[in-house]
Amino acid sequence: MKNIKAIMKRELYGYFTTPVAYVFIVIFLFMSGIFTFYIGAFYERGQADLEPFFRFHPWLYLFLIPAIGMRLWSEERKSGTVELLMTLPVSLPEAVIGKFLAAWIFSGVALILTFPMWITVNYLGNPDNTVILASYIGSFLMAGGFLAISSCISALTKSQVIAFVISVVICFMFILSGFPMVLDFFTGWAPQALVDAIASLSFLTHFNSIQKGVIDLRDIIYFAALIVFWLYANVVTMEAAKAG
Amino acid sequence: MTTETGTPAIDVRSLDKRFGPIHAVNNVTFAVNKGEVLGFLGPNGAGKSTTMKMIAGFLEPTAGSVTVNGYDVLTDPIKVKASIGYLPEGAPSYGEMTVIRFLNFIAEIRDLYGERRQERLNNVIREVHLEPVLHQSIETLSKGFKRRVGVAQAIMHDPEVLIMDEPTDGLDPNQKHEVRSLIKDMAKEKAIIISTHILEEVDAVCSRAIIIAAGRLLFDGTPEELRAQSGNNNIDDAFRELTTRHYETEGESTTS
Repeated sequence: MKNIKAIMKRELYGYFTTPVAYVFIVIFLFMSGIFTFYIGAFYERGQADLEPFFRFHPWLYLFLIPAIGMRLWSEERKSGTVELLMTLPVSLPEAVIGKFLAAWIFSGVALILTFPMWITVNYLGNPDNTVILASYIGSFLMAGGFLAISSCISALTKSQVIAFVISVVICFMFILSGFPMVLDFFTGWAPQALVDAIASLSFLTHFNSIQKGVIDLRDIIYFAALIVFWLYANVVTMEAAKAG
Repeated sequence: MTTETGTPAIDVRSLDKRFGPIHAVNNVTFAVNKGEVLGFLGPNGAGKSTTMKMIAGFLEPTAGSVTVNGYDVLTDPIKVKASIGYLPEGAPSYGEMTVIRFLNFIAEIRDLYGERRQERLNNVIREVHLEPVLHQSIETLSKGFKRRVGVAQAIMHDPEVLIMDEPTDGLDPNQKHEVRSLIKDMAKEKAIIISTHILEEVDAVCSRAIIIAAGRLLFDGTPEELRAQSGNNNIDDAFRELTTRHYETEGESTTS
């Protein structure tokens, strides 16, 4: 626990002493505003809710979360600090979890900073705030899923650019697997169980159901399992990278 | 060679490391006792850093064993790492951190808290003369200061075993002298391994020297014994004779 905390603190400090944090937060807030008001037609809909705001989160995260995650291990491997870190009395799972938590907290901070959106909608009408809270939780869980993928991929390479591109592609597949165009491809010939399985792998399926205001245990388990799986893969990848 | 009863602080047995077709370390065996400073010599690419990385628990050996203070590096890696201070090759550290933050991070990982941490921080900062740069970020420091930050983090927890890969590389003559005296001061109660290309350093600080080339252990003895290997009692000549002789025979065996 103590080691996880120390590594997490160091990593968070790393975010906020480099421009990464500020660039990310500004772009995140700016883009989420554009999506909500222009593409999401927040005013034109005439409804006091944050659906147009949350609807675009998967797409924002698709590019922004790999940008946070790409440095987690690539940079350590490139600068050689991984040798320092791995010869301190810290286990690899502790390091992986500490780094992941730092990045997740960071994305949480960015998410919390969208609170003016919540104030606006409460000023304009009487939204269902439990739905909004559920959506925030769903969005945060989804960010964790994207991050675990990005963290694992960044352990594969010394290049942050490669880590970024591969992470985006994999995250894209996790979004896409819930889309009709992908599912239609399977529905013709594959058994329904397989189609459902593919659909249930998608971020969208689970995020949309949370976004309706119902936090179903299955959705929580989905995101938790996803995070655990990718972090485990992250440990295995680092173990292999270290050996050779 | 100093002899002590009980197990040596560092015990390396039949250590072997292959990277695919490259045989980086080939059946290397040696031990270091408390009170010894072992100079690790060899041409570039000889396997010095690879051996040190295996002792420090960063690389896993292909075969053979390493025990530090009686703990096996493969079965008890955390205990081994807790008792070692390690300066990796090139002294990597987190460039965006200030020196004092970086050292505090190391102290936290090394389980140093409260007064004890403050005391160790003060000692270490004084010993390697980091006072002028404490609040500067590491990436803005000169090569010499970066190296000294690396030395500082390695000795932070006053480890029983100290492994330093080229601790004086990039330092000016005065700084080299300081780091050498620091190593000599610590020698009594520690087991120390340093790698170096500067052969005079072996005379200045080491109580024993080993030479490896092409992954093989070629020599293990005192600096005096090393000097005696050459016709004219010169340590540079002895090094050259040992390592080039080895490469010649190696060349013959691979071409035939």
